[in-house]
Amino acid sequence: MERQALQRTREVFLSGRTRPLEFRLQQLKALLTMITERQTEICTALKQDINRSQYDTPLLELIGLENEINLAIEKLAEWAAPRPVEKNILTISDEVYIQPEPLGVVLIIGAWNYPWAVTLTPLVGAIAAGNAAVVKPSELSEYSSLLLRALLPRYLDQDLYPVVLGGVSETQELLKQRFDHIFYTGSSSVGRAVMEAAARHLTPVTLELGGKSPCYIDKNCDLRVACRRITWGKFANCGQTCIAPDYILCEPCIQSRVVEGIRQTLLEFYGADPKCSPDYGRIVNQHHFNRVMGLMQGYTAVLGGQSDASQRYIAPTVLKDVPPHSRLMQEEIFGPLLPIVTVSDMDDAIRFINEREKPLALYVFCSDKKAVKRMLDETTSGGVTVNDVMMHYTLSSLPFGGVGQSGMGRYHGKHTFDQLSHQRACLVRSLGMESVNLARYPPQDRKRARRVRMALRSPMIDLSKRTYVWAVTATVLALGLLIALMVILLIAAGLNCTCWYWRGFYN
Amino acid sequence: MSREQLAVQRARKSFQTGKSKPLQYRIHQLKCLQRFLTERQKDIADAVKKDLYKTQHGTELYETLGLEGEINLAIEKLAEWAAPRPVEKNLLTVLDEVYVQPEPLGVVLIIGAWNYPWAITLQPLVGAIAAGNAAVIKPSEVSSHSSKVMEELLPLYLDKDLYPVVTGGVSETQELLKQRFDHVFYTGSSSVGRAVMEAAARHLTPVTLELGGKSPCYIDKNCDLSVACRRITWGKFVNCGQTCIAPDYILCEPSIQNQVVEEIRKVIKEFYTDDPKTFDDYGRIINQRHFKRVMALMEGSTIAIGGDSDESECYIAPTVLKDVTAESKVMQEEVFGPVLPIITVSGIEEAIQFINEREKPLVVYVFSPDNKLIRRVIAETSSGALLANDCLIHYTISALPFGGVGNSGMGCYHGKHSFDQLSHLRSCLIKKLNMEGANNMRYPPHTASKLGWARFLLLKKVNVGRLRRMAILATLAALAAFVVQVQSSLDI
Repeated sequence: MERQALQRTREVFLSGRTRPLEFRLQQLKALLTMITERQTEICTALKQDINRSQYDTPLLELIGLENEINLAIEKLAEWAAPRPVEKNILTISDEVYIQPEPLGVVLIIGAWNYPWAVTLTPLVGAIAAGNAAVVKPSELSEYSSLLLRALLPRYLDQDLYPVVLGGVSETQELLKQRFDHIFYTGSSSVGRAVMEAAARHLTPVTLELGGKSPCYIDKNCDLRVACRRITWGKFANCGQTCIAPDYILCEPCIQSRVVEGIRQTLLEFYGADPKCSPDYGRIVNQHHFNRVMGLMQGYTAVLGGQSDASQRYIAPTVLKDVPPHSRLMQEEIFGPLLPIVTVSDMDDAIRFINEREKPLALYVFCSDKKAVKRMLDETTSGGVTVNDVMMHYTLSSLPFGGVGQSGMGRYHGKHTFDQLSHQRACLVRSLGMESVNLARYPPQDRKRARRVRMALRSPMIDLSKRTYVWAVTATVLALGLLIALMVILLIAAGLNCTCWYWRGFYN
Repeated sequence: MSREQLAVQRARKSFQTGKSKPLQYRIHQLKCLQRFLTERQKDIADAVKKDLYKTQHGTELYETLGLEGEINLAIEKLAEWAAPRPVEKNLLTVLDEVYVQPEPLGVVLIIGAWNYPWAITLQPLVGAIAAGNAAVIKPSEVSSHSSKVMEELLPLYLDKDLYPVVTGGVSETQELLKQRFDHVFYTGSSSVGRAVMEAAARHLTPVTLELGGKSPCYIDKNCDLSVACRRITWGKFVNCGQTCIAPDYILCEPSIQNQVVEEIRKVIKEFYTDDPKTFDDYGRIINQRHFKRVMALMEGSTIAIGGDSDESECYIAPTVLKDVTAESKVMQEEVFGPVLPIITVSGIEEAIQFINEREKPLVVYVFSPDNKLIRRVIAETSSGALLANDCLIHYTISALPFGGVGNSGMGCYHGKHSFDQLSHLRSCLIKKLNMEGANNMRYPPHTASKLGWARFLLLKKVNVGRLRRMAILATLAALAAFVVQVQSSLDI
């Protein structure tokens, strides 16, 4: 992107155009209109990019995006408002709060597997937080990026949210420029390069990377349901999902039942020949097709295994008894291959998971609460879904992100807003009450030191609205109960006692 | 294997045993740290006196008091901070357990600074311990006495393997940065901050950078100048100006410049007597290099107060420069010394413009009785923090996140923010294997009606709190009706 174009974006940002909430709401509504009006075109682009079915696109991408935009529109005033914090004795008459502010110009680098969701969800947060944003969709999802380039300027402010297309060299050029935050979704190796480039300008980054998300199946759970859910998660988008269950861990005794469960589910979902199913996708390009096929080499699939290079089609494939050191277990598969690695028990599974890099997601299928708790306590991952796959992505109140090699930072819902804002600490005092400050001024002596110590050690007082309301309600209730008690006592004292006694006795 | 590699490896092995997971262990370590500060107060004060010429009271006020507060807060609130945090559900997850679970990151590297060697190095450590991490502590070699005391005495109180202290200079720090950590917490200059982040990028390690900058201080001509100058003078000359959040330079209208100078002169005399050099509570520059650096900054500007110095003691008198311009030497870098330049601006517009032309600072100070003006500064500038009508004290409020933005840093800490910064907040969704029927709408073969259901269930919001309150109200109402009925049946 030319330096002048970025300069223009920054100038418009500095002019304060994004500061009023009405402007941000208007932009968000325009974005919502774009996705709803242009849904057919978006679905067509995705069919051409990755053979996504017309139902999978709204299901997997657009509904979530709509959700995010609606949430942002509804909650923007609340998110952008000053957030009061607990005070202490020294600041009791001051205004103490956190003010969310825009960062400036944010760079959003999208990915190709869910080109709309992954590129536009961060944009929602960027707009809501009052930033300008340079949107760089992935060149691998060619039709989607071209469509985005054509559509976005027609709905959103052209100066503030430019779309930049291009490949590796254009991205590298972009990364040489200075941004106020970089939001990158993609692979760990490129993530490293993005963070290194950002370091030169001291730019904070959010990296949504990947990894091998393990899926542990306990032998005592309902295998039929478990396999159904896993099969859905694994083969949606032809396995090209960052939070897809990458591989299965289970005990050898249930391995064949797991395979059988998956086989039956595949038949139900995609029919006898998935190639003919309108709901089964394709690999995005030849390079990734060759890569995924290469991972299978040397292993016989127990399910699937067929492929067609001309269509970049790989059948839903399951491999059993996969050794831990195989190629299949060295890199994120990101394709429709599901290896099963056998472990002796849950402890073995925990050890297996902990020997590897921290994944983006962890899946556990188990009906025993205690065992689940142990698994969660002894492992770590970006997120966890127990007894299902991928669903933690759909709840916008849950922060979505990785840890370690699977990424840093998080987003979704309010978390995107917070990630792309600066939370500025504000303390507004008055110039009066100077006598209170005397203890802190030199010359320092024991008496002054003691006074300061007392003041700084005072407990913090929560003067927020919620506590105030609670305090008032509690007082009113207490008074009410007190009055009620007194009334009852008066009545009891006033009435003839034998009257009550007689009633109780003869009824 | 180098000494640094060994320390990191030992810390990691110790962390992997799960020793630091139980809350009791973390509280025990925090209590030991507390004990360290109280029992070794004299050693700490002596070290700081040798490093920065600070008195014992000064050390207590500016270093250990804040630390003690943080430790007490962490001990008191740890159970609350480390507990699972439930979040709002939607219709689809109304029967599931949905929460965020804070978890330790692993091994944290804490690189301290020399200006407040104890507060700045140990405060992140409080958060690291509370969050259940191991931490490699690298105090600044520039405050050599403090770092030696830390190296010798801290292992006597804290777990030696989990919280090793590694001393050394630039090459040792570089060696440390080659190792892999789960988080790097650095306090210092922006230039070194860049190098730290680049090194961390190689391992995809998240960083917290507490850097610096030139914190502007705008004085409105309509405010009570004597109080304003008092507070500014205190904030500026504490620790001999070597505070990252010290007011770096003043912006005011020409009409009040002389008055400001006079007020500051009065306050300096009141605080530090006529001869600050002989006064106990006035500090010294940390070393020769910084002494020369600060002296050089004064070149080319008019000295209104002070200006004298003594190289043998690294003493620089409290100095005020007037009629400074943007091109002056003193405006080219963070002063970090007892030199206070005053730049005249025509009013608040020019002041805001001046501030915005420069890198985002760690703090913006505004002195004005006019609330509207203060709000305007908040709305039209950006900085790590904003403090109106006083200096430095936002540092003492642990509920406020302390950190920079842009060139002044990234990430924040203090109080719960330290705990959150050094934890991984893991999203957890616990479902059950029943109710599989509800999931049918997401499975292929896809149809329009299935999609319609999905839209409904995913887009409808459910306020579980409100539902619960309504349920309780309904129960109470039913109970009341029942009581009334019984009552009336008894009356008959």
